[in-house]
Amino acid sequence: MKSNLTLSCLALIASLLHAPAAQAVEFKQFQAAKSSLSFVYKQMNVPVDGQFKNFRARIAFDPAKPTAAKAEFEIDLASIDAGSKDANDEVAGKAWFDTKQFPVAKFVASSVKPLGNNRYEVAGKMSIKGKTQDLATPVTVSQQGDGASFDGSLVLKRADYAIGDGVWADFGTVANEIQIKFHLVATSK
Amino acid sequence: MPASTFQPASAYTRTAIGLHWLIAIALAGTFALGIYMPDLPLSPQKLKLYSWHKWAGVSIFLFVILRLVWRFGHRPPALPAGMPRWQVRLAEGTHHLLYLLMFAVPLSGWLMSSAKGFQTVWFGVLPLPDLLNKDKELGDALRQLHMLLNFSMAGLVLVHAAAAVKHHLIDRDDILARMLPFLAHSGAKK
Ligand code: HEM
Ligand code: HEM
Repeated sequence: MKSNLTLSCLALIASLLHAPAAQAVEFKQFQAAKSSLSFVYKQMNVPVDGQFKNFRARIAFDPAKPTAAKAEFEIDLASIDAGSKDANDEVAGKAWFDTKQFPVAKFVASSVKPLGNNRYEVAGKMSIKGKTQDLATPVTVSQQGDGASFDGSLVLKRADYAIGDGVWADFGTVANEIQIKFHLVATSK
Repeated sequence: MPASTFQPASAYTRTAIGLHWLIAIALAGTFALGIYMPDLPLSPQKLKLYSWHKWAGVSIFLFVILRLVWRFGHRPPALPAGMPRWQVRLAEGTHHLLYLLMFAVPLSGWLMSSAKGFQTVWFGVLPLPDLLNKDKELGDALRQLHMLLNFSMAGLVLVHAAAAVKHHLIDRDDILARMLPFLAHSGAKK
């Protein structure tokens, strides 16, 4: 009780002095509206931008204990914008995401390794369309006020998840490599 | 034949003839592809055809520039002296309008692609700058424009070709033969 009181007094003083918050903060309130998940794919060597509109993350990140961080990520695949209406209709279908059968893609982080300079390597399992693969990606964490953003980009090979089967399996028109960019924001309150 | 009195300007250069037919054939093919491809269901084949259409269109654009540069240095031969004034005007007006459309058609296609968010990467190698930002409404409007310009050009080409055939079969002059030298009525060598 007593030490709690001292702590809050100290915290109060610290915030009054505008000192950098040295106390443990944990960023765990995911801010969907401030986050984004976009990608670039190439068709006939033409880069086309797309994004997912609905996704959720459960993040618990304490900069003092990064290796204990937890991250889970779910994407509603039907919320895709793949660049045009034609493409959106197409990628919902069986050959691509088959969103009727597999509406959600999921990533669960299993380890976080500090790389220095606020960079971390996050490794885990990605499941899309019933297929699960190991996935690792560097993440840069930047803190502003009571929020932190987690940014990174990675290349996902669509064939690893059978995204774009059948006539689309050949990479001549739609390339295998999909460049993914994420910007996730979580706050401590 | 009176043509011999205007020796230097009595004929189109081989280059002018070559470019005329190269561009005419390429335009016809690109036009047909443009009509055929939009109604296909989405498939790799469709994406390929769209790209080919765009590559062909951009190539035509470059050949048209080349053709105009050549045209500025090489005046076309004069039309037959006996041709009525209005016909000469009409022929020249049609030619100018065709030149304009040969520019405007590919340009509108390029702008449409930009506005639709699909860059043009010429032959899959050379990315052309996107002159417009992605904007669905603008993209749809430009598609209408591309179509309108295309059908105007097609209509004009029909009139143009009909006139050429009329000159050949009815007027029995050498207008068509100036573009197709093997059709010359007289055996006279230039
Ligand atoms: C000079 C040659 C060209 C000709 C004769 C031509 C002709 C046509 C025609 C007749 C259509 C069908 C109209 C419609 O149904 O929308 C079309 C569609 C189209 N053209 Fe062209 N075009 C040319 C150049 C270009 C260029 C340079 C581009 C792009 C860089 C382009 C991009 C397109 C696209 C994307 C469509 C499909 C529109 C859609 O499906 O929404 N065209 N073209
Ligand atoms: C896409 C198709 C075509 C386009 C865009 C086109 C365009 C042109 C243009 C701009 C000229 C004027 C050349 C100049 O004096 O600078 C020309 C000349 C000519 N074109 Fe075409 N043309 C097309 C197809 C045809 C066809 C199908 C025919 C014949 C059936 C034809 C026959 C001629 C002839 C005979 C001339 C020479 C006219 C003269 O001596 O003054 N063209 N064409």
